[in-house]
Amino acid sequence: MKIYRTLKMASLALRHNVMRAALTTLGIVIGVAAVITMMEIGNGAKVAIQRTMASMGANTVVVLPGAVSVAGVNTGLGAMMNLTPQDADAIMRECPPVSWVAPIVRARAQVVYGNRNWVPTYIYGTTPLFLDIRDWNDMHEGEAFTQHEVLNSSKVCIIGQTVVKELFAGESPVGKHIRIRNVDFKVIGVLRKKGANLMGLDQDDILLAPWTTIKYRVVAASLSGGNQSSTSNAGAGELNTLNMIYPNLQQNLYYTQTATEQTDAQPPIRFPNVDQILTAARSGDQIPAAIQHISSLLRQRHRLRHSDPDDFSIRDMTEITKTMASTAEMMTQLLLCVAMISLVVGGIGIMNIMLVSVTERTREIGLRMAVGAEPGDILRQFLSEAVMLCMLGGTMGILLGRASSYVVSLVLRWPTAISVGAVVAAVLVSASVGITFGFYPAYKASRLDPIEALRYE
Amino acid sequence: MDLIELNNVCKTYHLGELDLPVLKGISMQVARAEYVALMGASGSGKSTLMNILGCLDRPTSGEYRLDGREISGLTAKERARLRNRMIGFVFQSFNLLPRMTALENVLMPLAYCRDNLTEGEMERRSAEMLEKVGLAHRIHHKPLQLSGGEQQRVAIARSLVNRPQVLFADEPTGNLDSRTSEEILQLFQQLNSEDRITLIIVTHDPGVARHAQRTIRIMDGLIESGASSSGAGAGVP
Repeated sequence: MKIYRTLKMASLALRHNVMRAALTTLGIVIGVAAVITMMEIGNGAKVAIQRTMASMGANTVVVLPGAVSVAGVNTGLGAMMNLTPQDADAIMRECPPVSWVAPIVRARAQVVYGNRNWVPTYIYGTTPLFLDIRDWNDMHEGEAFTQHEVLNSSKVCIIGQTVVKELFAGESPVGKHIRIRNVDFKVIGVLRKKGANLMGLDQDDILLAPWTTIKYRVVAASLSGGNQSSTSNAGAGELNTLNMIYPNLQQNLYYTQTATEQTDAQPPIRFPNVDQILTAARSGDQIPAAIQHISSLLRQRHRLRHSDPDDFSIRDMTEITKTMASTAEMMTQLLLCVAMISLVVGGIGIMNIMLVSVTERTREIGLRMAVGAEPGDILRQFLSEAVMLCMLGGTMGILLGRASSYVVSLVLRWPTAISVGAVVAAVLVSASVGITFGFYPAYKASRLDPIEALRYE
Repeated sequence: MDLIELNNVCKTYHLGELDLPVLKGISMQVARAEYVALMGASGSGKSTLMNILGCLDRPTSGEYRLDGREISGLTAKERARLRNRMIGFVFQSFNLLPRMTALENVLMPLAYCRDNLTEGEMERRSAEMLEKVGLAHRIHHKPLQLSGGEQQRVAIARSLVNRPQVLFADEPTGNLDSRTSEEILQLFQQLNSEDRITLIIVTHDPGVARHAQRTIRIMDGLIESGASSSGAGAGVP
């Protein structure tokens, strides 16, 4: 029998008892709607979680200089002076998985305002991209410094809430001038409160300024790095002797280089190094690619041979990213369970009503068989009714689900994302629920004996 | 050759351990275009015989030839096709589907025939058939909007729409008053004489049986009289 007739018959049978069809299909409607809403809200929640994780710095990849060993004494990681701002620019330019790069120059210094002073945990010289990486763009007050101010090494800074509390005590800091090692900085912005990080360190105890300013105006004297040996050499004469105490004692405490030795020895190269480079991968799953790109780029830029070890090290937030992945995974599985349960319940409702319908229409089945319907025809008729019921339910469920996820996104302000996969899955699942749960009643109908069916009252 | 040939047909129902023989060896013939009445008291086995004749049921033993073809070995599916092509049924309680119009009710057997008729063709044939039974003006009425006689006419149209060779009517006038009964019987007469359709009517009303050319009487699963038309002589026009 043609599909057209089968569908026409099925729709006629369903229209005969609209109320019952509607109530039966309600199970599927609710099931599918729940699945769609859950999937979409779940997707939204996943996006939100990822965003939160990202603001915690889940996507950040930190590049630190390597360790140096001087006469067997290891200085520890970060002591080498081999990361340059040019490295940072090159990473930005040549590594596609990296979205943002910010060089960082650290300092530890006293900050003075009026009669108050404070030593912030972090004084970072960086670029405005630092705020993008840390997801810290919306300022509490004022505004961030610009790339232009970085190039100018302007004496401007933005400060965290803790610093505000310690230095300004209720005053608005924007526009005020503070001093760091006697360098005058204008406060142009206040960062939003971020609280402690995972290790319990106060993230708001921070002062950010253009790295050029920190590098050349603040740190230059104290953390001059490569120059340390040469500058200390000047004073070495005084330390290398005990003649302040024993003026007659001419013996040196330790060996000093002769003038010839000093000219022979390679002078420390002075270039503007940075203490670390902060980068952000485009997304959590791009982190390994980002690490690989950065690593090969820096090896190339630092002219390392294959046999040489890296003169830098790269860190990512493995712990956080792992948590993120497992959270998303768990969420998907949970939603799948909910979906299965609601659809099974709906399917049982369909089966129940189809069984009632078969019993009710026993005479009709008998008649159809008498005039020549084969068992297959009867099976197809009832199966198509069940599937049609489920598909109708599925369609309404999709609409209802879309609507409710829209409402949720409006009312609760959760980000919801339209999930095409969920819609496709809902259609397939409702059709297969129809076939699965419609099959038994339809099979029962097709096995009826026409004689008994015709005699059925 | 006779259209219907039964040769020592037996039917036994098994109720648990109990064997219940209903038909105990029926042999009969019905010729093409014959009009036969099947009579018997209730419990005599006439309904069982009717079911076997109508290919709804299979005999436990014996031979049944319909149009020269052995039927007793056919599967359910083959019998369904055979019923669709060769046999029309008219029931006492009409058995129309209440939610369909007269036209759709008549059309139903065509939907199960595997001729790949178009929708238009099916509807045309159904409408023609309704016209033939005198219901041209009631095509789009639902059964509940029709009188008993009209309903039975729709049922007759339905049974004829696939141009069957045999028409089985099981107490076709049982639910009708005497006037409409007469009309229906007249219609049967007309179908038999004009369209040469073989008619077998089950009844226990002698008045109905009188319209037939021959009456087969059944008693306790055996044929009492009228097993073949040869004895009755010129039954066939």
